[in-house]
Amino acid sequence: MSYVGILIMFVFVNNFILTQFLGLCPFIGVSKNVESAVGMGFAVTFVMSIASLTTWAIHNLVLIPLGITFLQTITFILVIAALVQFVEMIIQKLSPPLYKALGIYLPLITTNCAVLGIALIAVRSEYNALESFVAGFSAGIGFLLVMLLMSTLREKLDIEWVPKPLKGVPIAFITGGLMALAFMAFDKALLKNLLG
Amino acid sequence: MGMIKVLYAFLSVAVLGGLLGVGLAIASKLLAVKKDKRISQVTDVLPQLNCGACGYAGCSGYAEAIVLEEETLTLCTPGGGPVAKGLAEIMGVEVEVSDEKKVAQVHCRGGRGTASYLFPYNGIQDCNALYLSYEGDKVCKFGCLGKGSCISVCPVDAIGYDRDGLVWVDKEKCISCGKCIDVCPTGVMKWIPYSAEYFVACSSTDKGALVRKYCTVGCIGCKMCEKKAPEAGFAVENFLASIDYSITGDRKPAVEACPPKCIIETVKSVIKEKEPVSQLEDAKD
Repeated sequence: MSYVGILIMFVFVNNFILTQFLGLCPFIGVSKNVESAVGMGFAVTFVMSIASLTTWAIHNLVLIPLGITFLQTITFILVIAALVQFVEMIIQKLSPPLYKALGIYLPLITTNCAVLGIALIAVRSEYNALESFVAGFSAGIGFLLVMLLMSTLREKLDIEWVPKPLKGVPIAFITGGLMALAFMAFDKALLKNLLG
Repeated sequence: MGMIKVLYAFLSVAVLGGLLGVGLAIASKLLAVKKDKRISQVTDVLPQLNCGACGYAGCSGYAEAIVLEEETLTLCTPGGGPVAKGLAEIMGVEVEVSDEKKVAQVHCRGGRGTASYLFPYNGIQDCNALYLSYEGDKVCKFGCLGKGSCISVCPVDAIGYDRDGLVWVDKEKCISCGKCIDVCPTGVMKWIPYSAEYFVACSSTDKGALVRKYCTVGCIGCKMCEKKAPEAGFAVENFLASIDYSITGDRKPAVEACPPKCIIETVKSVIKEKEPVSQLEDAKD
């Protein structure tokens, strides 16, 4: 599959939040205002890109030669957690402004299932190194896109009249559900028509 | 074969975990960022309300600015004098602590029944949204719009609707962060000293005859307060009375004499309502 195909697939067709329902915790938790939602989105994109590349290397250079691919999940978790810690240290040292902007979101991503998800999906789809990286990056962009949409909607909802029992998180869930419905429009058939 | 795989699995995870662990330990030594000890000390002194009154994102942001960028020490309004003194101690400098605490208050008493309205408003329940349409639904363009934008920005729940369905700040709870003053589109929210007993609950600078037409509790600029309590710091300018709080005279005669009764006490029992009490009645008209 072409790189553009991978990009469109992970941003729209297999959007992590709205189609695969991965990484829902920040989707509800950090989407209250645009600023933090976008911060979280960039942090996730960053970590996903690097994580999918690193896990590709672990999978193909360690797990396959030793014939122990059943250890995928546990080694990936290990690697991702360590990677996020490492990236955090590097950013703190090299770019304090970026560290400040990403703030607490970086360590939070350690346990974000979307990151493990993209690592496993990339391995299962048998992507090569660059394809894995592009898949991670575009999944992150898809995440960022939905976070941005959701946070702007929720900022609007904050000042709109909402029935009392639905105020806050309940209306956010309903909004999320309707958005997921809308994302159903992007399916594989559409992708095939677009890219031949 | 089976045993070999188990061994591989055990070893690879152990080696991987060990390598990552050692790698991280080394990295944390190599990439350690030196932090000034005073930052945590300063953070401890600050009130941890994270209200943003200082202009920084939370108390920790202000603490960093104090230590690293030599920011002024008196920006923390909720903390006031004691906090500024504590900060000065840590930073080893002298600081001049300003006067007493200020609190915000709504300088308007015009609501349903007292003020007249131009049109019924059914849009977004937000003062700034309402202000976009003809600067509010009241005839008076100086008063409180009553949609409670200040209530939702107040970090300490000091603002609510009182029995008359009007916005009121509880001065005991107010931490002087000034967020309500920033959000208010009409500027009806103003500072008064914490110790003030009375304030002029009107902001209209329209002429008296005009004010009388649209509000029964608006200041008409009759100068009755100046006459009845000449030593109490009352001054009428632009048809609106104001109080010079540095003058401490007996203000009671003026309060009693004021024809529209717009000079009122700063203390009042507030029922904490997030919705205006009279909203049902509002809906009718």
